[in-house]
Amino acid sequence: MMVLIRKTNIDFIAKRFVFFAISGVMLAAGAASMAAKGLNLGLDFTGGTLLQVRFEAPVTTAQVREAMVKAGLETSIQSFTGRNAYQIKVKGSQEKVNEISDKIMAGFTAAFPGNKFAEEKRDYVGPVVGRDLAKKALFAMILSLFGIIVYVAFRFANPVWGAAGVLALLHDVFVAAGALSITNREIDLVIVAALLTIAGYSINDTIVIFDRMRENLRMFPKMALGQLVNTSINETLSRTLLTNLTVLAVVAILFVFGGEVINNFAFTMLIGSVCGTYSTIAIATPLVYQWERKTPHHK
Amino acid sequence: MNKLHWKIGTVLGLLILSFWLLYPSVEWYTKTNDERAKTEAMRMRPKRILNLGLDLRGGTHLLLELDVEKLEKKEKLNDAMTRAIEIIRNRVDQYGVGETPISRQGERWISVDLPGISNTEEAENLIGKTALLEFRLVNTSSEAQAVLSKVDGMDEPPFDKKGALLPEIAKLMPKNSILRKAAPGPEGEKARYYVLEAVVPVTGAYLESARVETDQQFGTPSIGFTFNKEGGKLFEEFTGANVNKYLAIVLDDVVHSAPVIKSRIGGGSGVIEGSFTMEEARNLAIILRAGALPAPVNIIEKRVVGPGLGEDSIKKGVSAAMIGFILVIAFMLVYYRAGGFVADIALALNFVFLAAAMSYFGATLTLPGIAGIILSLAMAIDANVLILERMREELALAKPVAMIIPVSYDKAWSAILDSNVTTWIAAIFLFQFGSGPVKGFAVTLTIGLLVGMFTSVFVTRAIYEFWLTSNPKELSI
Repeated sequence: MMVLIRKTNIDFIAKRFVFFAISGVMLAAGAASMAAKGLNLGLDFTGGTLLQVRFEAPVTTAQVREAMVKAGLETSIQSFTGRNAYQIKVKGSQEKVNEISDKIMAGFTAAFPGNKFAEEKRDYVGPVVGRDLAKKALFAMILSLFGIIVYVAFRFANPVWGAAGVLALLHDVFVAAGALSITNREIDLVIVAALLTIAGYSINDTIVIFDRMRENLRMFPKMALGQLVNTSINETLSRTLLTNLTVLAVVAILFVFGGEVINNFAFTMLIGSVCGTYSTIAIATPLVYQWERKTPHHK
Repeated sequence: MNKLHWKIGTVLGLLILSFWLLYPSVEWYTKTNDERAKTEAMRMRPKRILNLGLDLRGGTHLLLELDVEKLEKKEKLNDAMTRAIEIIRNRVDQYGVGETPISRQGERWISVDLPGISNTEEAENLIGKTALLEFRLVNTSSEAQAVLSKVDGMDEPPFDKKGALLPEIAKLMPKNSILRKAAPGPEGEKARYYVLEAVVPVTGAYLESARVETDQQFGTPSIGFTFNKEGGKLFEEFTGANVNKYLAIVLDDVVHSAPVIKSRIGGGSGVIEGSFTMEEARNLAIILRAGALPAPVNIIEKRVVGPGLGEDSIKKGVSAAMIGFILVIAFMLVYYRAGGFVADIALALNFVFLAAAMSYFGATLTLPGIAGIILSLAMAIDANVLILERMREELALAKPVAMIIPVSYDKAWSAILDSNVTTWIAAIFLFQFGSGPVKGFAVTLTIGLLVGMFTSVFVTRAIYEFWLTSNPKELSI
């Protein structure tokens, strides 16, 4: 039998304040970055125009920027090296659909005569739509979190467990959002899907350990809560790490080889899957302990 | 037959069913782009196949807003929206793209997807323009019959990409006549065409109203319409001169119906009879009333993905996902040996079942949808690892093999059930209340979780039980 993780006996509960401190630092760093420069919200939420073009003959980012300045547009430019493609974005409320993209095209035609370019992608999001998309995504997410709390409370006969699981999940989503802010990556609807995946993954991971705690609670009703939690984490540690390493490997490959379109998505998942494992051991279960240690049942 | 036979039979049966469900999708996507475009223009696109979203396939998504303030006062919003959608559907259909989902969103938004079309100016103009309703005579000459049988025998539409007649058809056309497509018939029916006279005696500009009428005796629906004075006179003369001929009702160059003129229609009103269902009659009345959109529509969201970019993102994403998947398969095999092999079979089946289910529902695969699949696969792997780790725990207690398997499954079950149901609850809420990409994520996740639980618990257990019948002494995990 091949074994990567031998039987462990780590006292996770004793280290809980170290974990809380680490999480605190991570959350604070994310929050500070969000406060300082905010989240780089994509067109999906701000509204605006995006145009991606690919040139036949090479041009530089500086030339593209100059062309846009000459066209009288305030843009953000992203270049895709190796493909000779550029993405031009003009964020903010725009009432007319083709106005800005036509201006961008005209700017390119004027600046690069003779150099042909093909339009690869064109997005226009009107001012009302952006707000609506954000609202709907948020509403759906809040409802599903509530659903999770209710189900976990019902299955584990204790609302505290459900709340701890959801806190761990929120922790992961916030850390990932913080990382996005720090690295200045843009948040669009695909990233929202990634954050949802992280949430789903995090709660899955937590439930598995909760399940072991429930089982041990039945088998050893007299065991002290701290020991119970520790035993449960240690017993499932091999599974937790194995599953997560597998997932991590897949996401890492997507991040490195997946191409530009899913790069931000893969990055978010990468942070999230590491965080999801960590938060199960370091946040969800210690939180249950912290909360429940004084209840008479577990004295 | 014992219980085990039933289990294995179920798995094999589902596998065969899956391949049968997958066949149309595989056949569709092995065709060349040109072949697909032709089939779509002929309205012969298979229904139950896996669709690629606009972000993967390339195409245009438009979100239109009906300018409610410009609605006529007496018109109700819901009626106006239904009419607007009906008219837009008619126009887009004529544009010749296959699957074009058009739906109402919220109170006064209409979402239009145009897969495969990345030059949208034409489509935008088409949607915004005023509708044109015409009454024309159907040309029933033998030359016209020859044209129609020729067109029917071809496996591509008789028009080229610019909408002009193909030369081999054009030379067959009778004098002063035009060829027009018929509105979509029942599902799965091949596109039909009509040869019409070039002269337009009466247009919809004279039409005052149109409504559904039902036969007193049989309750069969028909459409009654009324012209204004001038139109009534024109229509009376025209029908009087053409009794027993076929009258085609043409909206935006699409023939919606071609009933026989039974007698001179006087008094400025008439009835279109035909074998309509109630819904068809209602739609036709809507179209007759249509004339123009009830109010102008504005584009409030537009997303265009060029075909190249879509293909690029598929290729890179798919090859990365393949590497990841092979890595996982290999790892399971090395780490859990025979147990890993069983888990790998389950994972492979997971893919087949998931793709089959998505094809059956005609689901659309988008990038966020792929995220949903990754999550469901990760959880299926997790379920396998949970079971295998339990087996190792039981093995360490030196239990006999025949006992280890049922005990491990029983113990792992609650964790698998609870973690899947929890995620499933979240997925259901996202599906119900999310929009666009969030929904795409929820669809694949919902189906993926169900399939994943089935393969990682039911299928693997059936395999182990089958293996147990050979009375093994050792378990290689």
